[in-house]
Amino acid sequence: MSTDVAEIEGPDILKEWVGKSRVYEKSFNPQLYHEVQQFIFREARLQDIHDYDAWEELWTDDALYWVPANGTDTDPEKQMSLIYDNRSRIALRIRQLKTGRRHSQTPPSQLARVISNFEFLASDTDDIKVMCNTQIFETNLRGDTMWASRNEYSLRRVDGALRMAYKKVVLINNNKAIYTLSFLV
Amino acid sequence: MDGNFNPKWDDLIQPGRVHGSLYYDEAIFKEEVEKIWFKTWVYIGHESEVPEKNDFVTKSLGPMPVLMARDSNGEIQLLLNRCPHRGNAVCVQDKGNRARFTCPYHSWTFANTGELINYAFPEGYKGTDKSSLGLSKVTRVASYRGFVFGSMAADGPTLEEHLDGAKGSIDLLCDNSPTGEIQISAGFLKHRTRANWKFILENECDGYHPAFVHSSIFSVSDSAIGDLYGDAAVAVTRSLGNGHTEVDPRPEFRRRDKPLSWFGTTPDRLPDYVRQMNEAYGEDRARQIMIDGTPHTMIFPNLFIAEIQIFVIQPISATESVQHSTAIQFKGAPDINRRLRQQTMGSVGPAGFLLADDTEMYERNQRGLEIRQPEYLYLKRGEHRERRDENGYLIGHSTDDLPSRAIWKHYREMMEDK
Repeated sequence: MSTDVAEIEGPDILKEWVGKSRVYEKSFNPQLYHEVQQFIFREARLQDIHDYDAWEELWTDDALYWVPANGTDTDPEKQMSLIYDNRSRIALRIRQLKTGRRHSQTPPSQLARVISNFEFLASDTDDIKVMCNTQIFETNLRGDTMWASRNEYSLRRVDGALRMAYKKVVLINNNKAIYTLSFLV
Repeated sequence: MDGNFNPKWDDLIQPGRVHGSLYYDEAIFKEEVEKIWFKTWVYIGHESEVPEKNDFVTKSLGPMPVLMARDSNGEIQLLLNRCPHRGNAVCVQDKGNRARFTCPYHSWTFANTGELINYAFPEGYKGTDKSSLGLSKVTRVASYRGFVFGSMAADGPTLEEHLDGAKGSIDLLCDNSPTGEIQISAGFLKHRTRANWKFILENECDGYHPAFVHSSIFSVSDSAIGDLYGDAAVAVTRSLGNGHTEVDPRPEFRRRDKPLSWFGTTPDRLPDYVRQMNEAYGEDRARQIMIDGTPHTMIFPNLFIAEIQIFVIQPISATESVQHSTAIQFKGAPDINRRLRQQTMGSVGPAGFLLADDTEMYERNQRGLEIRQPEYLYLKRGEHRERRDENGYLIGHSTDDLPSRAIWKHYREMMEDK
């Protein structure tokens, strides 16, 4: 990645929800942009169609899957998060879904998500850091629910293919009381 | 019964069965708000959530928001967040630290004791008695070992009278901390559910459902929770008085006779905690505490101490509720605290391995009641095997409906103003 970067300082207002200032990539690599976008679109599709095994294979061995609560840059080692899974807990989550007796996903939620606003972040490692926004329409036995989030990924090339080392999903309403969220977000 | 015959309640609540409308009728919900939520002792929050002077957090008392503040004298205040002038909120933050709250509408300013300090352009209020225009407060405030409760009724039982046998549960919980104190410091997950609050209340000590609702997670993890709720389990359910109920797994843990078995771990995995416990209580007593573990107690109407986490049940309407959940932390015990948080995050909240499915059941129950036959829910499981323990409390098998029957008995007394 280029070292040609610009830091975008956000205003202080709502920092709790927008999150800390980030260093965004200023340069543009169309090939990488396309590859990363296709990877994240595929991840979204695997989540939407509940292809649990294929989704689990996207993760690296040191993966971290984090869905914070009550803010954006909370300390997950001190504060409650909706999801704070290491690789083995991701595997447990998948094993539970695959039993067919995860009642909140039996029948599974019908889902379609739209992903947009891709922006690359400066990275001081070989990992590719990218942010995007997601809107998810869910319908299940309860009814219809809209979800919206800002996502942040660290992607890594493993044996030539991209893998997820880190995925953080910041639900825009994560300080409010929300309905059950048992599909893969 | 004092001859105060009330056909409505005789019809709705009968031995071993209750009418479905108790879970969906908005008129009954309104009556509950007056006769239960605005009358009995309701759990508000924990003192450790406002550790410093002038800290505050937004809490609730039934459907009503409450500001829990620690004033400049260190006293806990439960303030109603409504400007006495026109009803505006004097605070819209979830938490913070401030000694004063200023209403944004006309700049009336209040101390965190509720007292009105001043209003804008005071000459317009010449001759007005400021002392009558402070923020309203929860009528009675009391705490037990850091757990703060509020009651909107001027008279009635004291908090300790109300807690009855559940006091022992709070003691048991605090004993598991080497400092004798717990902390609520990790923030809450807020889980909305389209179901009546009493489905949540009754489920907390329902030992019949885990084998089925949670079989998915039991079958893929090494959780030993399932063993407590089998047909052969020796754990018991208990009515602790005043609608408080518990599942008491101690008979099972004492049979295992292994410290920290209740927490699915062993002393060598938590050496610092075990050392602290031995130093605090002596080895014999510490060993017994670590065998018995923490309680599983539902304190009527809204505080569920669920071994390693608490849930606070908030009713929104007859058909909508919020469960607030967070990990319990033992003051001064970092190695066990991390595990308490990690296990809590895995289990509870909207994405939790356990609570997502419990909540799915609440919502299906609620929708089921739109089907109007049969009219009643059936709560007779284990009626024939109820017995009294050595302290006179009713106990039953861990899978029995005894907790539900105890809750409904107390509920009826409250709704009939007994």
